[in-house]
Amino acid sequence: MAAPITPALLYLDNVTVSFDGFRALNALSLAIDHTEMRAIIGPNGAGKTTMMDVITGKTRPNEGTALFNGSHDLTYLDEAAIAELGIGRKFQTPTVFEMHSVEDNLLLALKQKRSPLATLLSRRTAQERERIDALLERVRLTHQRHRRAGELSHGQKQWLEIGMLLAQQPKLLLIDEPAAGMTDQETADTADLLRDIAKTQAVVVVEHDMTFVRDLGVKVTCLHEGSVLAEGSLDAVSANERVIEVYLGR
Amino acid sequence: MKTQTLLDRQSTVVLSLLTVAAIVVPAMNGLAAPGSALHLSDHLVPLLGKYVCFALLALSVDLIWGFCGILSLGHGAFFALGGYAMGMYLMRQIGPRGVYADPVLPDFMVFLNWKELPWFWHGFEWFPFAALMALIVPGALSFIFGWLAFRSRVTGVYLSIITQAMTFALMLAFFRNDMGFGGNNGLTDFKDILGFPLQSASTRIVLFVLSVVALACGYLLCRWVVNSKFGKVLVAVRDAESRTRFLGYRVEHYKLAVFTLSAMLAGIAGALYVPQVGIINPGEFAPANSIEVVIWVAVGGRGTLAGAILGALLVNAGKTWFTGVLPEFWLFALGGLFVFVTLFMPHGIFGAARDLGKQVSRRLASRRPPESLSQAAE
Amino acid sequence: MTTLRTIFWALVLLAGMTSVAMAGPYEDALPRFAADSYADTEAAIAAVTSSGHSLSLRVIEALRDGQLLVGAGQVVIRDISGPLVDAAKGQPSGANAGSLKPVRVNNRVRRAIEAALGNLTLLSTDPGTRLEAARAVFRSRDAAALPTLDKAIAQETSPNVRKALRTARAAILLNKADASSADRLGAVATLKERGDQEALALLSSLPSGTPSDIAEAAGKATDSIRARLALWSAVQNIWYGISLGSVLLLAAIGLAITFGTMGVINMAHGEMVMLGAYTTFVVQELIRTYAPGLFEASLFIALPLAFLVAGVTGILIERLVIRFLYGRSLETLLATWGLSLILQQAVRTLFGPTNREVGTPAWMSGALEIGGLSLTYNRIAIVVFAILVFAVLQLVLRYTSLGLHVRAVTQNRRMAGSMGIKTSRVDALAFGLGSGVAGIAGVALSQIDNVSPNLGQGYIIDSFMVVVFGGVGNLWGTLVGAMTLGIANKLLEPYAGAVLGKIVLLVGIIFFIQRRPRGLFALKGRAVEA
Ligand SMILES: Nc1ncnc2c1ncn2[C@@H]1O[C@H](COP(=O)(O)OP(=O)(O)OP(=O)(O)O)[C@@H](O)[C@H]1O
Ligand SMILES: [Mg+2]
Repeated sequence: MAAPITPALLYLDNVTVSFDGFRALNALSLAIDHTEMRAIIGPNGAGKTTMMDVITGKTRPNEGTALFNGSHDLTYLDEAAIAELGIGRKFQTPTVFEMHSVEDNLLLALKQKRSPLATLLSRRTAQERERIDALLERVRLTHQRHRRAGELSHGQKQWLEIGMLLAQQPKLLLIDEPAAGMTDQETADTADLLRDIAKTQAVVVVEHDMTFVRDLGVKVTCLHEGSVLAEGSLDAVSANERVIEVYLGR
Repeated sequence: MKTQTLLDRQSTVVLSLLTVAAIVVPAMNGLAAPGSALHLSDHLVPLLGKYVCFALLALSVDLIWGFCGILSLGHGAFFALGGYAMGMYLMRQIGPRGVYADPVLPDFMVFLNWKELPWFWHGFEWFPFAALMALIVPGALSFIFGWLAFRSRVTGVYLSIITQAMTFALMLAFFRNDMGFGGNNGLTDFKDILGFPLQSASTRIVLFVLSVVALACGYLLCRWVVNSKFGKVLVAVRDAESRTRFLGYRVEHYKLAVFTLSAMLAGIAGALYVPQVGIINPGEFAPANSIEVVIWVAVGGRGTLAGAILGALLVNAGKTWFTGVLPEFWLFALGGLFVFVTLFMPHGIFGAARDLGKQVSRRLASRRPPESLSQAAE
Repeated sequence: MTTLRTIFWALVLLAGMTSVAMAGPYEDALPRFAADSYADTEAAIAAVTSSGHSLSLRVIEALRDGQLLVGAGQVVIRDISGPLVDAAKGQPSGANAGSLKPVRVNNRVRRAIEAALGNLTLLSTDPGTRLEAARAVFRSRDAAALPTLDKAIAQETSPNVRKALRTARAAILLNKADASSADRLGAVATLKERGDQEALALLSSLPSGTPSDIAEAAGKATDSIRARLALWSAVQNIWYGISLGSVLLLAAIGLAITFGTMGVINMAHGEMVMLGAYTTFVVQELIRTYAPGLFEASLFIALPLAFLVAGVTGILIERLVIRFLYGRSLETLLATWGLSLILQQAVRTLFGPTNREVGTPAWMSGALEIGGLSLTYNRIAIVVFAILVFAVLQLVLRYTSLGLHVRAVTQNRRMAGSMGIKTSRVDALAFGLGSGVAGIAGVALSQIDNVSPNLGQGYIIDSFMVVVFGGVGNLWGTLVGAMTLGIANKLLEPYAGAVLGKIVLLVGIIFFIQRRPRGLFALKGRAVEA
């Protein structure tokens, strides 16, 4: 494998995605450091989710490079390979395995061999059980562990999904609108949780809720029409004239 | 954990019932005096054996549809291929007792003026080889088909439609005389299996018991698979395929593995079916047959395994009864069943029973202080 | 007195002349028919033909039809209407029918008759008869016709007939050993121009001893004709393909609409086609009983009715069953399969399990010949009809509000719903439309297929293949899919045979789906992927 050409954990350069001529991403460039937390904001349709699609292998860019850990070109890998590399993703609308219990959701997400044969022969170890217990504790679902995930509230599902992300032990977490549909208290708790996670892992959070972004207190990137409009602290970005124009001018 | 799951309530019930069947049927046929109310006449034994084979086929469909969301409308093809493998063995066993008394060539080949056995008929005179082929041929076909389909993420109704195309193409192919499988008439007029005459009551009993054993083993295998973490991944794929991918699972490998396993089970069912009904012909590939299997599963309750067995037995018993008493109404009944079950019993008999059970226990629970609900087998 | 005498002598002379005429070659030849020997009969034919007598044609035709009777020294023609006519005089004959028997013919004689008829009619006043005659001479290659032919060619006015006459002449000359080399080469050229199977047969079976220059020219001509024929047969196959494609298009287009809008596979779609066919049957039965004069228009009467019957059935199915299975496409597939079984059995119970006879109006029978092509009118009608249906549906989808709504729901159901489109109403109407179109497809298919309860089953897999292949993005996909599959099928058939060709096609589609899981004209966008 080629030697790392960039020190960044995630490095997007000149990424362009077009759907029948419409450019959802337009020469987007972005770099995320190891253990950095980054908030991404931008109006609807700015291309935030599409960016995550590119990073996780769901959408192939028409142009540009996406390097992970300096050496892995994400544009050539499929979803499973990218997940194996250590990129976890939470969807905009929470998706958990509704028919499985909360516990099994976490079990499936635990970092383990993923091949059919391995799962067929695997047995639950005490170590796994401890990990699951710890995760349940962390996302506050200990008492729901035997319930079906489909029966959880919206907020609980969001947290379960974050729990599943943690279970994967990824190097990079992509989190799309975690605070959507949460109460203020839950939102604040989520911010705490994310800050906690960011101590050990890199996190990219997409969010529209500005209080939440302020709570996170991290570097902010504002996307607009598929490319970076402004980057910096939240205050700096929200003072940027073009950002104001994009948000209010519509 | 394995032993623990084998002994869950559903498995215990299923295994006990199958054991009872394997004992009672031979007893009623062999021990009870003919004419007594308990006597099971000779022609009923292969009929029951046929149902059991169908149950195994239904089980294989439930494994992929109920647990992985793959609706195969072409599983009859794997069943028929297994059947043909066995049929070829039985055909070779006829030897010089055929109408044309050719020591090697089956009658239909003599009739077509063939001079020697086609290459793909070699080895089938040997039972273990034929038995292996009954597994390998459906397995290989399903592997190739599945590899192509799942790799390019053909899902949902598109997948169902191309499975139909597959079985339809095979049906057309097997109808051709020059395919070398007896064309229209298929393979029939079998004489004996491993030296035991197929017409004798004792052979039939043994075949019946073997079918029940195969069903029991198939059931245990499926149960083990769905209770393992592998099975949980399957359900995850069924409910949220792309989420499973983003967790790092190669969904296509899982689908391929379970699809192939299921096709091999169907092949075994077909191989056991043929000696009991005494014929295999291209009609078994008919697309309608494969669709019918799905309704057996739906009636019993998809995703329950035991439901698939129950559904296959009930629907086929119903079919036998109807075609005897009201032949014109069978299609009305079957058609109505399709509509009724999909509309009103989406989880089949098993699901309905479970819902009822839950309601009852909820009633009880509201009267008594709450206690831990025993988890329904899932 | 002298006047009287002259008149008398004139009469005698006249009578004498007549009696001389009466003993001409024609009359001399007639008794030979009674000789009961094929050779004599043949000679008689030749003599009668060359006699130029006005009754010659009638005699030879009667001979061909087995109505030339002999016995008791008489030769008599039996008219179609029954009375016997004296072959010599052309007047009613008093012969006793019981004592007469027809002149026997064998293949040799039959050929002679053919040739004679050709010669006799070459000079007819009716161009149609002349054309027929030219063709007959072409087949018989009777050298005796050559003088008549030359005469006919000289006075022929219709170019079509002249062409036929000349190819007939060429056929004779080519095989005539004593014809001049220039004549024979000219004949080769004329036959090459004709360029059909018969010309090919003539050119490739020259008698031995043909001079090498002529044989060589003939060899070249056969090559060129072969190439031309291969082209024609390819065109003919493509036509068959287009015709099959139109059938597939008719059967599949309704399916494409329902599958497109609702994402549901309607397994009962084939039964809608069947209902349409049975509607045609019922309409024709009623017309036969109550208004036989309307028979020619029966298909036009059946069309709207079939649309209604199938459409209403479709709406009922949607309202009563499919509506409750929304979002569960696999279950819908099963439920509609059940419905298809019920509909089949219902029709079987009502009309019986056997094929029902649906008549073809006169204007749809026969065939159009263009060059080496033969296009039957019923196939032409179906192709035209399929194109019409396609065009009308395109217009409906493009320019009506129903069409707009259907397209909106197809592309993004949730969005359409939130914009105030009543998606459930659109579903029902789209289902009715799709089913209705299947019904009118049934009217068309009743003309080329057996009308039985299994009619729909035969089309359902093919229709699915079309839809899966074409994709549901828009109706053009269905058109392209149907035509591609139809033509591919017919082009494969000559090489692989019908069954194997079909298998190849099915396997081809299975492979195609791998490359394009959603067909040629796929819908795009997030709503689809979800
Ligand atoms: N598969 C697709 N086909 C066509 N267009 C698409 C597809 N996916 C995304 N788009 C378009 O790309 C643009 C960017 O979408 P994206 O979801 O990335 O925006 P976003 O920033 O996440 O918006 P939001 O804040 O609403 O989530 C949108 O206009 C969307 O319609
Ligand atoms: Mg988004």
